[in-house]
Amino acid sequence: MAAELHVALVAADREVWSGEATLVVARTTSGDIGVMPGHQPLLGVLESGPVTIRKSDGGTVVAAVHGGFISFADNKLSLLAEIAELSDEIDVQRAQQELERAKAEGDEAAQRRADVRLRAAAAR
Amino acid sequence: MGAQLRVYKRRIRSVTATKKITKAMEMIAASRVVKAQRKVAASTPYAEELTRAVTAVGTGSNTKHPLTTAAETVTRSAVLLLTSDRGLAGAFNSNAIKAAEQLTERLEREGRQVETYIVGRRGVAHYNFRERTIAESWTGFTDEPSYADAKKVAAPLIEAIQKDTAEGGVDELHIVYTEFVSMMTQTAIDKRMLPLSLDEVAQESSAKDEILPLYDFEPSAEDVLDALLPRYVESRIYNALLQSAASKHAATRRAMKSATDNAGELINTLSRLANAARQAEITQEISEIVGGASALADATAGSDK
Repeated sequence: MAAELHVALVAADREVWSGEATLVVARTTSGDIGVMPGHQPLLGVLESGPVTIRKSDGGTVVAAVHGGFISFADNKLSLLAEIAELSDEIDVQRAQQELERAKAEGDEAAQRRADVRLRAAAAR
Repeated sequence: MGAQLRVYKRRIRSVTATKKITKAMEMIAASRVVKAQRKVAASTPYAEELTRAVTAVGTGSNTKHPLTTAAETVTRSAVLLLTSDRGLAGAFNSNAIKAAEQLTERLEREGRQVETYIVGRRGVAHYNFRERTIAESWTGFTDEPSYADAKKVAAPLIEAIQKDTAEGGVDELHIVYTEFVSMMTQTAIDKRMLPLSLDEVAQESSAKDEILPLYDFEPSAEDVLDALLPRYVESRIYNALLQSAASKHAATRRAMKSATDNAGELINTLSRLANAARQAEITQEISEIVGGASALADATAGSDK
């Protein structure tokens, strides 16, 4: 069996997902980073973006993460985010509407949030 | 029915209605305490991970940051007071306000200028009534605070502390809130939140005994700290808001429970008085009848002669 790492995806007000995984890909401020078991201890700042978690049973979890941190040590990876949603929790229609509204109002932060949601939902 | 009895009956009815209301409020508060506690528990993983990360950066690098370095001379302090929007919670709000006032007094004795930030309508009303200046206030979410609310509260505070003192910034931040110890005990406490002492954070961290690994910072230790510390402050404020909400509901529950108990006692006393009044009325009626009958009997006995 391939080596595993324990992943905890934690939002400010709840634990969104936790379990074993073989690979986690997230976007930090200096580019995408992939973490596999045995990675060196790491602490980074996350950008808004989709996070992909390859589960040890072969499945994939995609989540939209808005700002936060990634920290890895002792084969335990934590993804801290103020807001985090799993891709199947995302309401595509609402995100689409949100994107259009944000574009119309020129609200860049909202536009980015909606965009991240849509990308995460598309990747599922 | 005699006048006395009628008055008692009316009062019993009104107290019974009040009792029903307080009982309902007690039950609502009880269910809200549980909900608030659950929210505190749900926010714990995030807070713990964040504390761990702050500890890691603090011990793993010698980075200096405005949020962690104490000013040499503190001239202005900010006090953040957490109260509730609604009353009917016993001494909950007055305890928190009292704690804030004591803290303010202490700071002023030490020669500092104090700026007060308030959450909750009760605290705002208290300060406005006494015509004291409030730097900023927030209301409307104290029953069920969300993380976005905590962010809203934290933003101007972090901004104020990062500004130079000469330009109207503050040197330190104290927070006064009601700690939820248990269902029966809630205590108003004050804490210095900023500047952060990394040693204290390290002690709070659950992993105080283990040696933290040497982290690789991405993009750099400074940038991580820059992003991390405001989040940490927000999460502390969020935690304080949640605890304060839980405490408020617990205090309401207790206040409403004693109100219900008192109403029950009052109903007991009043029904005893009403019974006595009714009995007195009956006794009087009987004695009137007996008196009337014997007077009649005396009169007929007299006329027989």
